[in-house]
Amino acid sequence: MPQIFRHSTNLISRLSIYGSAFIIAALGYVVYAVSGSSYMTDVNVARDQPVPFSHKHHVGELGVDCRYCHTSVEESSFAGLPPTQTCMTCHSQIWTKAPILEPVRASYRDDKSIEWTRVNALPDFVYFNHSIHVAKGVGCTTCHGPMQEMPLTWAANTLQMSWCLGCHREPEKYVRPKEYVFSVTYEAPANQVELGRKLVKEYKIRSLTDCSTCHR
Amino acid sequence: MEPEGLQSSAAAGHGAPILGPGYTAGTVTDKISAIVLGQRRRRGWFFGFAISFALLMMFLYAVTWLLAVGVGIWGINIPVGWGFAIVNFVWWIGIGHAGTLISAILLLLRQKWRTSINRFAEAMTLFAVACAGMFPLLHMGRPWLAYWMFPYPNTMGTWPQFRSPLVWDVFAVSTYATVSLLFWFVGLIPDLATLRDRARSRIKQVLYGILAMGWRGSAVHWHRYEMASLLLAGLATPLVVSVHTVVSFDFAAAVVPGWHTTIFPPYFVAGAIYSGFAMVMTLSIPIRKFYGLEDFITMRHLENMAKVMLATGLIVAYGYMMETFTAFYSGNTYERFAFVNRMTGPYWMTYWSLILCNIAIPQLMWIKKIRTTVWSLFVISLIVNVGMWLERFVIVVVSLHRDFLPSSWGMYYPTRWDWMTFIGSIGLFLTLLFLFIRYLPVISISEMRVLVEEEEKK
Repeated sequence: MPQIFRHSTNLISRLSIYGSAFIIAALGYVVYAVSGSSYMTDVNVARDQPVPFSHKHHVGELGVDCRYCHTSVEESSFAGLPPTQTCMTCHSQIWTKAPILEPVRASYRDDKSIEWTRVNALPDFVYFNHSIHVAKGVGCTTCHGPMQEMPLTWAANTLQMSWCLGCHREPEKYVRPKEYVFSVTYEAPANQVELGRKLVKEYKIRSLTDCSTCHR
Repeated sequence: MEPEGLQSSAAAGHGAPILGPGYTAGTVTDKISAIVLGQRRRRGWFFGFAISFALLMMFLYAVTWLLAVGVGIWGINIPVGWGFAIVNFVWWIGIGHAGTLISAILLLLRQKWRTSINRFAEAMTLFAVACAGMFPLLHMGRPWLAYWMFPYPNTMGTWPQFRSPLVWDVFAVSTYATVSLLFWFVGLIPDLATLRDRARSRIKQVLYGILAMGWRGSAVHWHRYEMASLLLAGLATPLVVSVHTVVSFDFAAAVVPGWHTTIFPPYFVAGAIYSGFAMVMTLSIPIRKFYGLEDFITMRHLENMAKVMLATGLIVAYGYMMETFTAFYSGNTYERFAFVNRMTGPYWMTYWSLILCNIAIPQLMWIKKIRTTVWSLFVISLIVNVGMWLERFVIVVVSLHRDFLPSSWGMYYPTRWDWMTFIGSIGLFLTLLFLFIRYLPVISISEMRVLVEEEEKK
């Protein structure tokens, strides 16, 4: 009776059995790496906007306060997007003929909102409140990154649950004194953890990690 | 060999033969491998397969609609959030237990009579676990996120809730499926080699050849095979007890009256083996008839299985009794109400049918005549299958529909989708079983050869 398999089958079968362990491990790593990459999360990817608004220019170079435009950040869950009128407080006086600002003037003329593209989108099943975070010493740039350096805005963090929990589990690593919450140039001191512990106590910050804190 | 002793095979009992007379290693091999390699009786097989496959397609249809629309198509709602899906899950996983008991515990206890039934009992285990595994997944509502139940580095920064028996279930059932598959496959290897060597067509030679993994039957191979079988039997033995224990924790760890009982683990395990043996009986009786295997699966086998069913059935009966007694003895209003409600509430029919199917009717097996008559055993095994399904219905649905607050009471009515998924899962089970009968040896050829040799030595 002739042999069913060639001699090389021995090698192939051994390789495929031992190799499968490595192949499965490698596949697992690829899935893990891709799911965390900016290709999936859009972190650090600048979004196109109807008007190429530059935080770098307005915040970094001109020094406009965050709250000048995002007016409700201290009172509301939503920080607020400025109405066109806010833009026109300055742009009715300066750059009035600039073609780049035509959509803004059109919006003002026709009384129609500019449709900005959302950069930081939180899933609908998560409750988030800006005002409480700001009130407890979480700075704007802690979550939103260096806004003063963004010509077009990008998301600086994934907003994935593990990222939220990072701070909710160890707030002392991230909180800053309240007077610096709106500072875009604030840098964490070398003794952050020591200072953080003091602030956590002083501001009565609780480490809220119950499901229902955010999933209400 | 004592032909006279062997020829009195009509009589069953302890000394009765576990193999018909006049077989040699060669004829045993011929007979079993002919089912796979021969062309005989294909029409009957095709007829059975067609019906099973049609049921499987109904399952596919029901599941597709479920995934498209959601679990709202089932009859579940608050307060009965666990309906048919969980009933079917517990039923199927319980059925699987007999296969593991036969192949692992009876192997370690050196019960020779297990030889001819262990292969398809193990296959039955695998297919039952496959059916069982589908139901919790489908019940989740978003089965595509099922991997969330495993601990892996995830974007949520959390682990599964390790204090929940539902998570233990994931590990219990997946371990069970893995060990059962390995055990079954390792046992198949020498037989796959036999099929490889006997196959005529090139494609069968290659396929069975790959699965046989280069088995040549050398002494080293046999030594390793025996060692691997023993090790896997050792691994599978605790699973016979642990898997259904964990399943029972799904209920026992909750506070619902009728669930919150310490007797659940042992009584679930006994029930699992009870229903499993009933299913082995239900399957082996037609298989031995249609494939003429009466000499391999003898009356002694059937009678032994009937005895196991009697024993485990009595443990289950004791469980029902103690459950009810504890409810009375505890003096707890809610516990008492739960059991009175079982017997006299809106679902009283299911409770009394379960007592009839699981306790009353199987007692007929005390009579030797009934225990050694094929058709009566077949009918009783079917009744026990139904009874064990009803038991899970009573535990799951009847306990939930009346809980502590009368304001939250409600009823559960299965929809046609519930029935289609349940009956469809039987279709999945039977389809796999028919494929198994057609393409793999239903009885372990290598172990039967050993048995022949031992019978000759006598």
